[in-house]
Amino acid sequence: MNIKKNIATSENGFIFNPATGDSFSANEIATEILQAMKNGDTELQIKNKLLEKYEVSPEQLNRDWEDWMAQLKEANLLET
Amino acid sequence: MVVGVTGLNANDNPGPGIAVIRSLRDAFGQDDLKIIGLGYEPLEPGIYLPGMVDKTYQVPFPTAGVAALEERLKVIHDKEKLDLVIPNFDSELFNFIRIAPSLNAMGIKTFLPTHEQLDMRDKINLSDFGKKYGFSVPDDFKIYTNSDLKKASEKLGFPLVVKGKYYEASVEYSLDLAEKAFHRLSAKWGLPVITQRFIKGIEINIAGLGDGMGNTISVVPMRKLYITDKGKAWAGVTIEDEKLIALAKKFVSETKWKGGFELEIMRDADGELYIMEINPRFPAWVYLTAAAGQNQPAALARMAMGEEVKPFAGYEVGKLFIRYSWDQVADIADFQQFSAFGELPLGSRMK
Repeated sequence: MNIKKNIATSENGFIFNPATGDSFSANEIATEILQAMKNGDTELQIKNKLLEKYEVSPEQLNRDWEDWMAQLKEANLLET
Repeated sequence: MVVGVTGLNANDNPGPGIAVIRSLRDAFGQDDLKIIGLGYEPLEPGIYLPGMVDKTYQVPFPTAGVAALEERLKVIHDKEKLDLVIPNFDSELFNFIRIAPSLNAMGIKTFLPTHEQLDMRDKINLSDFGKKYGFSVPDDFKIYTNSDLKKASEKLGFPLVVKGKYYEASVEYSLDLAEKAFHRLSAKWGLPVITQRFIKGIEINIAGLGDGMGNTISVVPMRKLYITDKGKAWAGVTIEDEKLIALAKKFVSETKWKGGFELEIMRDADGELYIMEINPRFPAWVYLTAAAGQNQPAALARMAMGEEVKPFAGYEVGKLFIRYSWDQVADIADFQQFSAFGELPLGSRMK
């Protein structure tokens, strides 16, 4: 799943969906992941970077990733 | 250029006049633009706003009729040499359209829709309008009696929207409450009152400008972020959505709309765009169009004065407006001057 191309993000975690006017605040890690997704990194690439950078097990990361994608979908930020 | 502008009631349910003037000031400045306010009541805040209106004249209410308006504008024109008049209230448009040819003969330009265009988008005709041109419009019924209301509520279910003929609307959740709203709105705005199916969704408004030949000069959609208890946007943000732009362009091309307009849209959970209302003039938030790069009032003024205006190509998305309240201080003598003599030049006593 790819993030919509027109989604605007800022370095401090502000997310704006220009199609709907919805805005969200993301924490530091979410901002980092969003930026990677916008840059076109694959799910595998992003997960590997997170595993390298943070103390998290692959199982936990996968669970968190599912939750993350569900939130993005709910917020209407993913390409359909 | 000397421009007459109505709609100076910059209150919690504001007329568009001050936003129109601010947009014109942005485009034409202070020195080359004289704004003649056309006010109905002495407590319209715009009358007392320095930097906006140069002088305000009282004009007769629309119910006084066409002749009274024409006569008053002639008196004002003799003194001020108006180049253009921009009326901003739904209820005054009928009269202004009627006298537009004689205003033109006096040398006062207008840029208004026709009576036919005005009628077709009227709340009373909106449902038929939607069917004719293929727009999604919520089912509605015209209500003249309690019995009509009961029948309509059985078909529409609750909640339902009860709308005044010209202004105001409320969402009602029972027949008792709907009847109260019906009586209140009919007493204030006359019959019929309109009931409309309630659509749950996101409120989006579109400000637009048509050239009268089917071309859309400008379209700016705005998502309401803060809505007052009167249903007015107190804050909003420009958004980009090709479906919204296409909808507005279709409206202009189908109707050959001339002048400013506002489409009030509800986008439901499935993304369906319902036209809830079509206002035949600029909205009170029209300054956002200027701030976002499509100064609609200035473009209208240019077209009215005979300039060729090309359609705008883009606008800034994510431009936010937040309305605010401000206690403007004036001298009671100015209030008296306007109340007693029907005109007030700003600047002599105002600070």
